Amino acid sequence: MQMPKTNVTLPNVVNTATKERKKKRYTGVTIVYVGLIIYFIVIAYPLLWMIISSFKSTDEIFTHSWSMPHTWLIENYVTAWKSGISSYFLNSVIVTGASCFLTVLVSALGAYGLSRFEFQGKAFVLIICLGGLMLSPQVSLIPLYSIIQKLGIYNTHLALILPYVAYRIPLTILLIRAYFLSIPKELEEAARLDGCTSLGILFRIFIPMSTPILLTTTILTAYYTWNEFMFAIIFIDDDSLRTIPAGLMQFRDALQTDWGVLLAGLTISAAPIVMLFLFMQKYFIRGIANGSVK
Amino acid sequence: MLKRNKLTPYLYLFPAFAFLLLVYIPIFQNIWDSLYEWSTFSPDKVFVGIDNYVHLFKDPVFYQALKNNILYAVISIIFQVGGGLIVAAVLEDKLIRKFSPFFRTVYFLPVVVSMTVIALLFTFFYNPEVGLLNQVLKMVGLDSLAKPWLGDSNTAIYAVIAVSQWQSIGYIAMLYIVAIQKISPELYEAAEIDGANKFKMFFHITVPQTKEMTFVAVILTLTGAFTVFNEPYILTGGGPGTSSEVLSTYLYKTAFSKDMMGYASSIATVILIITLLISLVQMKAFKTGKEDA
Repeated sequence: MQMPKTNVTLPNVVNTATKERKKKRYTGVTIVYVGLIIYFIVIAYPLLWMIISSFKSTDEIFTHSWSMPHTWLIENYVTAWKSGISSYFLNSVIVTGASCFLTVLVSALGAYGLSRFEFQGKAFVLIICLGGLMLSPQVSLIPLYSIIQKLGIYNTHLALILPYVAYRIPLTILLIRAYFLSIPKELEEAARLDGCTSLGILFRIFIPMSTPILLTTTILTAYYTWNEFMFAIIFIDDDSLRTIPAGLMQFRDALQTDWGVLLAGLTISAAPIVMLFLFMQKYFIRGIANGSVK
Repeated sequence: MLKRNKLTPYLYLFPAFAFLLLVYIPIFQNIWDSLYEWSTFSPDKVFVGIDNYVHLFKDPVFYQALKNNILYAVISIIFQVGGGLIVAAVLEDKLIRKFSPFFRTVYFLPVVVSMTVIALLFTFFYNPEVGLLNQVLKMVGLDSLAKPWLGDSNTAIYAVIAVSQWQSIGYIAMLYIVAIQKISPELYEAAEIDGANKFKMFFHITVPQTKEMTFVAVILTLTGAFTVFNEPYILTGGGPGTSSEVLSTYLYKTAFSKDMMGYASSIATVILIITLLISLVQMKAFKTGKEDA
């Protein structure tokens, strides 16, 4: 007697169950989206506020913190640029450019030596590179300060470039080496038969074939040097030589009351590396992921 | 492998090696320096043995700073590692996936903005009179909670730590996203057929499958928490009083404001020992991890 009854009701039960489940899933997804959007606002709003307020007068920032600018004061940017940001910006470009070039060049040479030769002390060199990843700059600060003074480069761009390169080399060597190891040996043997020197093989075969990793390491180095703060405030004393992160502190002290201009300065400072990230996200993320798994 | 001149590989490695001296010499020099009393302007160093350390271990500011670093570490692990994993798991869920590249990019944005910019921006938000944070609290009727966040010695360190979380959750989330993408989708499909819900899948698949990344993330966050400098330096300068001092800011002040170089070196040695201990745990765990596999 029970059999037919179940037969009749069963599809119905299933139907309501899936409906219930779908409904549950729907509310679940909605809650998750609400969470994601709140987090989105928490992250994006401060950055948007910075950009919007950078077009306001100080008064307006005080009195109408939340609204759009009454008139868009583009001259805030002109004032910021003229009152110091241009020179900080240029210094940052020089220091970042030189650090990236040197880091990648020196690391590519080292990685080549490590991946294509057998020699005594190879394991030692690898350990030194790995160990270099663990040492934080804070620990070296005072001796490095003395060394830089003794080298006579205190208060020059080199006072930043040399330590930046030194601290970026361990990771960069290891990343490039891993890539070089994957390049087939046949290629270099063929080149050698054609009379290519080892340096020729590096520059004609290895470097052209490794563009992705060279780009990744360049971006990582640029990201580090553009934003580095501690060395930048200590190893350079002359305001005209300061890079952006250190210069902004000076800029704030000079502009205590002119918030709009200060915010314009902040926006200019953040823009290049944000652009670099947005346009080269793939390389950026690959670098961050590789860099973390030391 | 290339043979020929035995010197060739050394020539390739020489420039890197020369630069690495700048990383290694200061480490040893620092330990040496910490045994002396000296300043930048006087040429003579006075050997004092372990006096600097004896002094340091009786210094209440040192303990205040260390306590703040530990607080930094605990809060960062909860928010960055815990929060980062949850954000990543949500963004990698197939029901969300359509919009996840957008959210992912925005969440990561603060990571690429320098801490100087972020910290100066947050001094606006924390401003007691016109700051957005107090304005928001007043809007939702929580006027009583409004306070000078950075100027109150009870809240300063938390306000500083909050800025670090704001910047870095997206970073750890990105690392977890990479890790989750490596998990075989079949695991989730099988669990779904078995009728597992999202929470079960999170705890039984995502969490165990990203164990290695959790380990990396914990190490990164810990190292970051014990070497943090920019946020407290810019936001509070360690103040009010010494309430938001951390080891690095105390080291900086001791060296470059008070010009007590030997004493500052002993603080640096403590930071060195802490970071080395963290690295040792890391190496040991990676070794055992490899033996398991």
